[in-house]
Amino acid sequence: MGERDTVGLDKEISMETALLVKQLRSAFAGPFELELGTGACTAITGPSGSGKSLFLRMIADLDPNQGQVWLNGRERASLPAPAWRRQASYVSAESGWWADVVIEHFAASRRSEVAALAARLGLRADVLDAPIAQLSTGEKQRLSLVRALLPSPPVLLLDEPTGPLDEQSVTRVEALLHERMATGTSILLVTHDPNQAERLGSQHYRMVAGRLETP
Amino acid sequence: MTPVLLTPLDISIAASLIILDAALSIWLRLRLHRQIAIAAARMVVQLVAIGYVLRFIFSLNNPAATLLLVLVMVLVAAREVAARPERRFKGHTNFGIGFVSVGFATFVTAILALTTAIRPQPWFDPHYAIPLAGIILGSVLNSASLSLDSFLGSVRRERQAIEARLSLGDSYREAIAPLVREAIRRGLLPIINQMSAAGVVTLPGIMTGQILAGLDPLEAVKYQILLMFLLSGGSGLSALAASYLAAWRLTDERQRLRLDRLR
Repeated sequence: MGERDTVGLDKEISMETALLVKQLRSAFAGPFELELGTGACTAITGPSGSGKSLFLRMIADLDPNQGQVWLNGRERASLPAPAWRRQASYVSAESGWWADVVIEHFAASRRSEVAALAARLGLRADVLDAPIAQLSTGEKQRLSLVRALLPSPPVLLLDEPTGPLDEQSVTRVEALLHERMATGTSILLVTHDPNQAERLGSQHYRMVAGRLETP
Repeated sequence: MTPVLLTPLDISIAASLIILDAALSIWLRLRLHRQIAIAAARMVVQLVAIGYVLRFIFSLNNPAATLLLVLVMVLVAAREVAARPERRFKGHTNFGIGFVSVGFATFVTAILALTTAIRPQPWFDPHYAIPLAGIILGSVLNSASLSLDSFLGSVRRERQAIEARLSLGDSYREAIAPLVREAIRRGLLPIINQMSAAGVVTLPGIMTGQILAGLDPLEAVKYQILLMFLLSGGSGLSALAASYLAAWRLTDERQRLRLDRLR
């Protein structure tokens, strides 16, 4: 867990809280309250269009929103937005790419780490030098996860991380996520698969019409 | 050699070509004869009107009147820039971007030319200032609207890529940079084409006009070269301003991509 800045921590927050969401709302969803423990996974299920992605995007501060989000005792507003997003990394359900070849999306110095993570997720060895245009949706999805895992952010906001994957790849992704949780990474997971929510999540919510409900 | 002054009869003979166009349209059922007639009439009325306006402003020889006319021209150009892109901002932002980029580029290049190269006495002499501003405006308008169109089109297409970079902790500036570069490039292409083709593929209008008016071809060429430099400078400035202003309007203090500000 390492050192923590406890200034400004409310009494109600236990030492184990990594992410704390208070009165988070936008014109389209909320207000949300959420407490995510260090090394824990909270799973959110719910119908399409109920606001699951919106909620993750609000935490990552990608959409306009009001309310407070704390990470290890630090309020989001006290950090510049890019620094915040490096701590609470959002991985979209549809991956985005800005260069032509896979490896151009990573720092050149980290090639071997990227290759190792890619191999763990069952990606073919030559994928790093492949043009983005030739990748399948599932390959892109796993690579976007690699991209987010590489800097080891304390919180991962995962939006349908295994949506387009086959069963074997799902198992690999989940194993890697479990491993990261064991070393203190906290995960907020949006998934359509109730079994995956069961396998990964220690806390479960259902999103219904822009509100979080406990099932 | 003195300029050949045209008589109304000379122009009427040329006008018969419009009748020829209209006749073609009727004969081939192009259904364009109404539009041809209206466009021709509009052109004549607009040009005669601006002729009188220019004559009036020239006779005033008042810097405020000159500035006012140039401002009106900039406003009309800004409206064109705002209307051109397929994607638009909500509210009047498109117009604002058009006005600032076109106005800034036109004033900077026109004033530079008037005070250093052409140097009329006084430097704001409307005989020089107004036609010069007009030529620069045409080119600058083109660049600004192409840049704005390119940026607003690509930003929506590249949304996933931009937000992926933001999510990984890149700044908005870094995430948007490739789009801004592409937009500026698009804005500069027409003037690059124009310069490469000048004298080989096309005889530029100003040069042709001056030669017709009796100026020595080499003198006319010098003017044209000066103008091309001014136009490329103006295009660069307006493409830059339009692209950066649009990029700036699409973000906020938390470096989000604010596509909700587009229609």
